[in-house]
Amino acid sequence: MRAYLLRHAQVLLSSIGQLARMPGSTLMSVGVIGITLALPGLLYLLVANAERVSSEWHGGTHVSLFLRAGVTAEQAQSLATALVDRADVNQVRIVSSEQALAEFKELSGFGDALDALPANPLPTLLVIIPEPRYEQPELLEQLLVELRSLTAVELAQLDMEWVQRFHVILKLIRRALIVLSVLLALAVLLIVSNTIRLAILNRREEIEIIRLIGGTDRFIRRPFLYNGMLQGLLGAWMAIVLIALCVHLLRPPIQVLANLYGSAFRVAGLSLPESLIIVAIGVGLGWLASRWSVGRHLRAMQPT
Amino acid sequence: MIRFSQVSKRYPNGHEALRRISFTLERQHMAFLVGHSGAGKSTLLKLITLVERSTHGQIVVNSRNLVKLPHRQIPYFRREVGVIFQDHKLLHDRTVFDNVALPLVVSGVGHRETGRRVRAALDKVGLLGKERLYPITLSGGEQQRVGIARAVVNRPPLLLADEPTGNLDAQLSDEIMDLFHQFNQYGVTVIIATHERRHIQRLNKPVLELKDGRLVHDGASIG
Ligand SMILES: Nc1ncnc2c1ncn2[C@@H]1O[C@H](COP(=O)(O)OP(=O)(O)O)[C@@H](O)[C@H]1O
Ligand SMILES: [Mg+2]
Repeated sequence: MRAYLLRHAQVLLSSIGQLARMPGSTLMSVGVIGITLALPGLLYLLVANAERVSSEWHGGTHVSLFLRAGVTAEQAQSLATALVDRADVNQVRIVSSEQALAEFKELSGFGDALDALPANPLPTLLVIIPEPRYEQPELLEQLLVELRSLTAVELAQLDMEWVQRFHVILKLIRRALIVLSVLLALAVLLIVSNTIRLAILNRREEIEIIRLIGGTDRFIRRPFLYNGMLQGLLGAWMAIVLIALCVHLLRPPIQVLANLYGSAFRVAGLSLPESLIIVAIGVGLGWLASRWSVGRHLRAMQPT
Repeated sequence: MIRFSQVSKRYPNGHEALRRISFTLERQHMAFLVGHSGAGKSTLLKLITLVERSTHGQIVVNSRNLVKLPHRQIPYFRREVGVIFQDHKLLHDRTVFDNVALPLVVSGVGHRETGRRVRAALDKVGLLGKERLYPITLSGGEQQRVGIARAVVNRPPLLLADEPTGNLDAQLSDEIMDLFHQFNQYGVTVIIATHERRHIQRLNKPVLELKDGRLVHDGASIG
């Protein structure tokens, strides 16, 4: 076991040497991997932060319940009391037809014209504010259906279209993130396999000699696998640094914006597990690319 | 040790480098493989190390039927054969020590054992003091000795040398040949491809002579 670990440590050292011997292409590929991994990482942070922001946005959602013309103030009051008892309703505000008319007069500036009307044309309105934890599109839809079925209700309107739209947009960005990640992962595979290809060509003679004296393909492959994984590791590390830099630069202006809206929102950077996932992805892609590249070239160097 | 039966080798370009070669070399024997340039000497040695595959016939080396040897087994088979090349095939970015150690590293021999065996091999070829040098700083004869040390460090039962003295002057090349003779006296089976008749007369060993891919003289096989 110790001998085995020692052998791997030696190979690791020699592949560090390999990378150091081609600093140009190594730096290049580490840089490109860094940027390539940083892009989806940043997009991911954008979505994650946007989701946190939108979860703060209750209060925005409410249901406007317009009652039928014949419903009296007492009936409206008892309906409101019954609704507040529902688990998914947080609060019910009654806007009587008189209040509504007064408000409308004030806001519209049609005061005199409205005075001329023989009767108040406006219905009584119940503004229903749902419980925050019920503020999910499906549950709200459910509430809306039930409210519409009440006999006293003329019209029920959900004022959440913008929240819904926001969620749809986030979903879209998530989808785009997956597609983008796959494409960029392919790019990383190509970059690493190209650097590995150069490393193999550099050591073509050595590979042939090792084969002639009885080295297995597995033995030959090992330093290149380490090489690829190291590139992935360094690239991932660079991506994490780039992302931290972006978050650092964007945090103050976003903070100012959040304060303007009276929000305690703070831009979140990468957590430790998220950083580790980036590292795992980088190392994994590096391994995959070098495995593929070495396999292809060793087969091409047959027979020897 | 080595048995060829009706072996032919046709290269992909259609050139027939070896035609119906049959011979036997007994264990612990030594033979010279001679012939003009292009006669097929290197090709024959490459068939023994499976660098090339025969297109016809049977080859048995060290009790293994090479025609049936699966691809995966080739590396392990090659560890039983020490090969010396005319152009040495040394790694120029590694020290003499690391070059000689390579076959041991490849087969996973431990650190201490490697050091011991490398020094023993270097001692045999008379290069003990030069293990830290790089091959480029050595003379041609010394480089060839490094190649020999690398070939024997694994203590293979069979040693093949493809024109090992091609670039050396007479005295150096005699020394190299004596070295092979010594290994043979220790019990190693040896085949040396050469076109210098002088060595054959000096060491008085059986000869396999190739001419245009045919075996025209077989002094090695018994009977
Ligand atoms: N890879 C190859 N492809 C095609 N022809 C080859 C190849 N290697 C050698 N030959 C031909 O096979 C013949 C024998 O070559 P070789 O075994 O190298 O002879 P020797 O070592 O006796 O000089 C030569 O005519 C050579 O041109
Ligand atoms: Mg030759």
